Amino acid sequence: MYLTDPDPTILAKKMQLVDKLLSFLPRDAVIDDPRETLAYECDALSAYRCPPMVAVLPRTTEEVANIAKICWELDVPVVPRGSGTSLAGGALPTGDSLVLGVARMNETLEVDYPNRLMRVQTGRTNLSVTGEVESDGFFYAPDPSSQLACAISGNIAMNSGGAHCLKYGVTSNNLLAVKMVTMQGEIIDLGGSHLDSSGYDLLGLVCGSEGQLGIVTEATLRILHKPEGALPVLIGYNDSEVAGQCVSDIIKAGVLPVAIEFMDRPCIRATDAFSQAGYPDCEALLIVEVEGSDLEIEEQLTKIVEIAKRHDPVELRRAKNNDEASRIWLGRKSAFGAMGQINDYMCLDGTIPVSKLPFVLKRISEMSREFGLDVGNVFHAGDGNMHPLILYNANKPGDLETCEAFGAEILKLCVEVGGCLTGEHGVGIEKRDLMHIQYSGDDLEAQMAIKDVFDPKWLLNPTKVFPLDASAERRANASQETAA
Amino acid sequence: MNAVTVAPGSESEVREVLLSETEPLHIAGGQSRLVATEKKIISTSALNGIVEYEPGALTMVAKAGTPLSVIKAILQQENQQLAFEPPEMKHLLRLTGNSTIGGVFATNASGSRRIQVGAARDHLLGVRFVDGVGRILKNGGRVMKNVTGYDLVKLMAGSWGTLGVITEVSFKVLPIAETQSTLKINSCKASILTKAINTTYDISGTFYDVGEGMAYIRIEGFDKSVKYRVEQLLREFADFEVDILEMEESKNFWQNVNDLDFLKEIKGDLWRVSVKPTEGSKIIEMLDPKIGFLDWCGGLVWLRVDEGLNVREKMQKVEGHAMCLLGRFEQFHPTSTLEKKLSNSIRKKFDPKMLFNQEIMN
Repeated sequence: MYLTDPDPTILAKKMQLVDKLLSFLPRDAVIDDPRETLAYECDALSAYRCPPMVAVLPRTTEEVANIAKICWELDVPVVPRGSGTSLAGGALPTGDSLVLGVARMNETLEVDYPNRLMRVQTGRTNLSVTGEVESDGFFYAPDPSSQLACAISGNIAMNSGGAHCLKYGVTSNNLLAVKMVTMQGEIIDLGGSHLDSSGYDLLGLVCGSEGQLGIVTEATLRILHKPEGALPVLIGYNDSEVAGQCVSDIIKAGVLPVAIEFMDRPCIRATDAFSQAGYPDCEALLIVEVEGSDLEIEEQLTKIVEIAKRHDPVELRRAKNNDEASRIWLGRKSAFGAMGQINDYMCLDGTIPVSKLPFVLKRISEMSREFGLDVGNVFHAGDGNMHPLILYNANKPGDLETCEAFGAEILKLCVEVGGCLTGEHGVGIEKRDLMHIQYSGDDLEAQMAIKDVFDPKWLLNPTKVFPLDASAERRANASQETAA
Repeated sequence: MNAVTVAPGSESEVREVLLSETEPLHIAGGQSRLVATEKKIISTSALNGIVEYEPGALTMVAKAGTPLSVIKAILQQENQQLAFEPPEMKHLLRLTGNSTIGGVFATNASGSRRIQVGAARDHLLGVRFVDGVGRILKNGGRVMKNVTGYDLVKLMAGSWGTLGVITEVSFKVLPIAETQSTLKINSCKASILTKAINTTYDISGTFYDVGEGMAYIRIEGFDKSVKYRVEQLLREFADFEVDILEMEESKNFWQNVNDLDFLKEIKGDLWRVSVKPTEGSKIIEMLDPKIGFLDWCGGLVWLRVDEGLNVREKMQKVEGHAMCLLGRFEQFHPTSTLEKKLSNSIRKKFDPKMLFNQEIMN
């Protein structure tokens, strides 16, 4: 992947920038020593690294606004950063950028149970939000796998999902309002504690815009009362098509599980060897989880088991208590770790219409042979969000490139069958040049026009989301202004 | 009456119309929510039909002009529905048109189940539309999870036809619950609604009749589960006088809510106010309306007030917005200066010739 070169005219302004920042920020909030900016050189897409020119760690919205204003005046690109857990390179800096980290902005500002909402600064981690209200029986629904570490700011930037979206939706369905700083340093409130807005849904537009429209410093989140309990059932099949049919039948029967997870044979084998979860050695494994009171769980699981049996499963294991539930989840939850034990891996998250599942899995295994790289599939089957894990050896010359080429082919396939490039990780730098596959030139123009409105100089996270060739002219105009 | 109506039958025909058009147009779906005021109408009525329906994937793709009634009927055959219950305004507004699916999403029309499953915008997965310079654009798709690029789907939902002519929508559908019951609770306070929603019993509708002092709480699901939750809630509200509306009776009640039947009889200006749920009662106290109802746990207030009463002025200190549906006031609540600046710029990007629905949101 091509990383853009730093602009020398911007680099020349480093001292000036640091001086201005130090005029209102404490010394430890401005990181400009090249040994220390290294800490910000990458996110979870660690194959690509580039330390920023400067990193700042503000504590208040006003500080963020001042930083934005200075960068706007000096034409310094800004890369917003939550916890740096992006798998798509969403927080990867360029050499001439300022990284604006919200990690120190982690206060809870308001908890309002009657209105089922809480307001937090966006540096809060996803899990700590639930932690704050859990003892009162509430939770925040979106649950990306990185929830222990990932920040709400990043969740909003990427419109993060998780295993339980089938029932609860993704971030944008659980976000009521944001306070946002524009690149010009203006502070704007979008949305509110009420349930809809007058005028355009700018909140919906900002959610998932990958830090390109503004820096979100506060968020009002929907919190929900926790269900009484949840239990899964594990179902094994010797044919992925049959497993796909079973998923579709469950949904058609009117049962709405909170999660339907799917694993294929390579993934089952790897995770079982790693976690000793005791999974059956079969072609496809489903974990279906339902929620409610004991009686409600019983009613739903009985229906699911009935449907599963119609398709002749090789294994059917129904959890009767929390212990058995955690044993069923054990393998699934260690899937990424297990694959990582075998080799380096690249994790994709293309989404497909559920009905295309058997075809796509078959094509992926054919491609795996063509490219000579192994791949395992974990899958949020209820919503078609795939997670093919391609194994490669980072130390073997050429392997990463082969892996990326293989990944691109899988994503092309996802789009061809009616799906999309990314279901929950975002585009970042990782998939920006594949955007042409899903969108026409006009489609991309329409999206870039939105960025023109919010960030006319293209200073916010400018090298992300859009193919570099498509955004070249806009970025060049921005840097010309810099030179002038 | 309106002089000209064009009804293009395909996306490329819509494009043809918009490429050559220079005069303001009114985009019309079924004209059941907004009446045409421009001289020329571009209608979606010839963009009609289901493109794709996958019950097992809970998704449907339909052309924008497809009547809502047709969509509902087809979904019903598979025991599925539009879970966000788009309300019907036409009886109340005394209009004769029929809702189209494009119009439902263009107005983000969301009913009582909003509090459980989200609004129309939360169910819209993808759009195709033609903008003011004739560009055929798409965003989103037909899968439930999609973060590829900016979410213009949300922008188009609730944009009331000011950014383009929506030609096709794809959306999420959900199963119709096996059964439902409604608790009818005699309570002088609307706060009982928020008390009910903050239990584990997965409430799917909350409604409060201010005049009668009566709260309605809906529970839906499988038979045993509904029975269980009704019992639990009866225990919770043991101090109140409670009636239970079973299946058909419950359905009829919520159908009336959906058709806004209860607002028809009384005369006066009609307002729809959206506030923080706990502030719904405050709005009622402040305005002392001729008739008032609360939906969305109190967050959605339906009001009939004396003609000419400026509801917006009265609620200045309350966060939220008021839409005037019948009366002499501007329909849409003004937004903040910065929001307006951004919105106007977006509008100009998509409609530089200023063709679409100029009379609204301007």
